[in-house]
Amino acid sequence: MIAVIDYKAGNLTSVVKALRYLRAKDIVVTQSPEEVRLADKIVLPGVGHFRSTQLLEDLGLTQATREAVSGGTPFLGICVGLQWLYEGSTEAPETLGLRQFAGHCERFPAVFEGLELKSPHVGWNSLEEIRGDSRLLAGVAAGSFVYYTHSWRAPLSADTAAETVYGGAFTAAVERGNVMGVQFHPEKSAETGLQVLRNYLAL
Amino acid sequence: MLTKRIIACLDVRGGRVVKGVQFVDIVDAGDPAELAHRHARGGADEIVLLDITATHEGRGTLLETVKRTAEKLFVPFTVGGGIRSAEDAAAVFDAGADKVSINSSAIARPELIGEIGASFGAQAVIVAIDARRAKGSSDPVGEAEVFVSGGRKVTGLRVIEWAVEAEARGAGEILLTSMDTDGMRGGFDCELTRRVSEAVQIPVIASGGAGSAAHFAEVFLVGRADAALAASIFHFGVTDSRALKAEVAAAGVPMRLPC
Repeated sequence: MIAVIDYKAGNLTSVVKALRYLRAKDIVVTQSPEEVRLADKIVLPGVGHFRSTQLLEDLGLTQATREAVSGGTPFLGICVGLQWLYEGSTEAPETLGLRQFAGHCERFPAVFEGLELKSPHVGWNSLEEIRGDSRLLAGVAAGSFVYYTHSWRAPLSADTAAETVYGGAFTAAVERGNVMGVQFHPEKSAETGLQVLRNYLAL
Repeated sequence: MLTKRIIACLDVRGGRVVKGVQFVDIVDAGDPAELAHRHARGGADEIVLLDITATHEGRGTLLETVKRTAEKLFVPFTVGGGIRSAEDAAAVFDAGADKVSINSSAIARPELIGEIGASFGAQAVIVAIDARRAKGSSDPVGEAEVFVSGGRKVTGLRVIEWAVEAEARGAGEILLTSMDTDGMRGGFDCELTRRVSEAVQIPVIASGGAGSAAHFAEVFLVGRADAALAASIFHFGVTDSRALKAEVAAAGVPMRLPC
């Protein structure tokens, strides 16, 4: 069973549709910690405010996810779902992340290298510095384009599996063992995005 | 590198793609779902479906069309036309849209922008502005006016001021259509696009006047648009954006290629 966690942040339709298109079986859109504990794979989508992840803590989903991932269940966070894997975000300093990865998510700077930087970062940008051992990005070539829409971003670290450059480099994908996240929207990134989801489903 | 987007727009009436020629004749240009997929396969970065009937009776047909179109579409998909409330928007999102475009309903009740954004995120709300230069003014671009009802009704709002207010109310993008250049295939209104783009932080999608690859390059380089939308140049079998994008890229604009 694939648990797609619904925390009332935006629209889950597109993610579920893409998983179905790739013939994923037994997709459950859920708010139940029990289902998260039992899931074979977990997907945490999300377009919205980091504050909305507070509901995960309130519903007991944070604890359930922590247990599941430490037991080896593959986890994929998308957009805010990736940001939640870090310690937190300046978007909602009082809301804690899952703290699987060190660092805080921060807003794009208003000015970068003396030039005004538009925010949100919206559109197709390229994946760079793809880590050779990434299972999530297997078969994805450096320079492939994916679709972004976000104003906060995760810092680079040893767990970064790919970077994207906009006002400097940030984490496009993060991966350590079974814990993975993408800042871009694989469900909206044409063939490259479907390849990422296909890789995840194949784990 | 962040690329500039080429957006294919489908005008839909009664479940079919239509195209006005010389503002009058409406010609049947095909099935929306099929055309959207052909555009996506052909390299369009995004698809916009505009319901130009937008009557109460037509809503059911539209939602069915959105659902059918979204089913296997894995690029961003925007739906506009006739969205008057947060409930209307929710129905369109449920049918599979990623963003909605609102125009006259946002002018009638600007709170709607924030209401949709609160549930679906600011990135999901595009405020569409139909603009016309203020003829006779000493600053026709700076004082360009906002029109509704397909350009027939003046609102008394200034384009730049309304764009700034829409952003402040939580719009994720601005879709700026020049009524002066729309349908003429003589190029976008680059000056107006640039003024709006400089006034807001959010992305601006230029629309109205696309006729050639050079027009797209110009609106990106001179007009500082983040995206450009076109309908008519893609119709009647022309659903491949790759050649267009290659030409725009050759002019020095970052494009998603190969796609």
